[in-house]
Amino acid sequence: MILRVYVLAYMVFLYAPIVLLPLFAFNDGTVIAFPLQGFTTRWFAELPQTPALVQSVRTSAIIAVSAALLSTILGICAARASARYDFSGKRAVLGFVMLPLVLPEIIIAVSLLVVVLALGLQLTAFTVILGHTLICMPFSIAILNGSFSALDRSLEEAAVDLGETRASSFRRVTLPLIAPGIVASLLIAFTISLDEFIIAFFLTGTNPTLPVYLWGQLRFPAKLPVVMALGTILVLSSVLLLCLAEWARRRGVARTGRMDGGFLG
Amino acid sequence: MGAGADRTERIRGWSLAAPPFVFALSLLAIPICTIMLFSFWTQDFLTLDRNLTLANYAEIATDPLYRQLLVRSILIAAGVTLATVLLAYPVAYFVSFHVPQERKSLWLFLITIPFWTSYLIRVFLWKVILGFNGVLNSALLGLGVIDEPLGWVLYNPTAVVITLAHSFAPFAILPIYVVLERIDRSLLEAGRDLGETRVTTFLRVTLPLSVPGIVAAVLIVFIPTIGDYVTPRLVGGPDGLMIANMIQTQFLRLNNAPMGAALSVVAMASVGFVAAIFTLALSRWLRAPR
Repeated sequence: MILRVYVLAYMVFLYAPIVLLPLFAFNDGTVIAFPLQGFTTRWFAELPQTPALVQSVRTSAIIAVSAALLSTILGICAARASARYDFSGKRAVLGFVMLPLVLPEIIIAVSLLVVVLALGLQLTAFTVILGHTLICMPFSIAILNGSFSALDRSLEEAAVDLGETRASSFRRVTLPLIAPGIVASLLIAFTISLDEFIIAFFLTGTNPTLPVYLWGQLRFPAKLPVVMALGTILVLSSVLLLCLAEWARRRGVARTGRMDGGFLG
Repeated sequence: MGAGADRTERIRGWSLAAPPFVFALSLLAIPICTIMLFSFWTQDFLTLDRNLTLANYAEIATDPLYRQLLVRSILIAAGVTLATVLLAYPVAYFVSFHVPQERKSLWLFLITIPFWTSYLIRVFLWKVILGFNGVLNSALLGLGVIDEPLGWVLYNPTAVVITLAHSFAPFAILPIYVVLERIDRSLLEAGRDLGETRVTTFLRVTLPLSVPGIVAAVLIVFIPTIGDYVTPRLVGGPDGLMIANMIQTQFLRLNNAPMGAALSVVAMASVGFVAAIFTLALSRWLRAPR
């Protein structure tokens, strides 16, 4: 009973910031505090009229799509190698590619910045894409590992016995079975990249990403209600993407008929 | 299968693992080596002096400002880790032992959702919650618990700990949950049959068996929190700034990349050192059960 109450209180703690966000986004006052002043949608109406914001959304979308594609492709390679093949140094190699998961992001950010400086390169959206791919890759691998290890190897062997080549059996048998995992990986990587701040902050060129733009706005009290409106849209879209990813993941689990281990579990 | 088939296996495995490996090597290993190299150089206003020297490290060791920031970062990260893991354990326990099997993944999903929503906005909202005219103070005033707003909850290390304990919640809950799920439930029944109470069974069976999960949770929270930049900057105030804020200042404000690099190396080394000591201290419980 005490445990139940505690867990409930903990969930309130977890959800408090997200629940407050829409309250302030629709609040007809410039100060982000209680008491609320009444209902308005004008902060939302201001959003599309801010060219710098629209530009940063475009930049972030390009970066997030590219990072999601790259990290999923690399994730498929790593997860397939891990599930299907045995080779010397396998554990070390696959452990190493998961390393960005536990390194402080600021270390990744500054070390990439130093290389860019040392090589005399320009900071562009491309440098951000590379950094984001690096931190998304472990998540893609973890998700795709689930899909590949649930795969029944005899299905592929049967396809080869029935005259398919290795490539065509991968395309016609394996790929459809892991498709939900691929969708989940794309969505998760997209969400991570869209929200990532530190690496983008250090590596962004002249076009800031959405979080970097947001960071700049947080300094101006007058801009805060618009930031709250933007935040509400961001939270809603992340939740939507995650529900899609979870749905895809569960469908994948159902397809291969394995026990459900839970999200990222 | 013969040796030839084995060889093709190995080659195919390696060629598949190669792209992610080369990518991580060139974007992680090489940059970290570069940053170590940079840390032995010095910056003299606009020119980069490429003579190898320990000058940056000497400055970090002697300047009380750097030492204070480093010690504070480790203390705050330790506080965050303690708070996060202590708060998370009962939740992981609840989901593993009290939630029906078919509802477990829904619970885990609910726990991870807040983690995936805009990080900057979440931290900023903690500033709103903890502020002088903030949500917490308004609520406590409204309820008549306090007579005047509490001034001590924002712009200090406590605010950093609260906010980061929120940010890293799933990182602590998930590893503990995974380990709790693996505990053989018949061991608990055996404990109860042998006359242990619910509490002593927990202390003598469940808790020791969940140590690997706790260690994983501690490491996965402690290591990234040391490098957090946004939270100390937004809610920490001058006394809550951490090493990442100084690294950023060196790189982007003072244009002193070598000093920033040296601070990054020192931060990495300290994290590694503390993590290693911690893991060694608990190694007795980490061995596989007999």
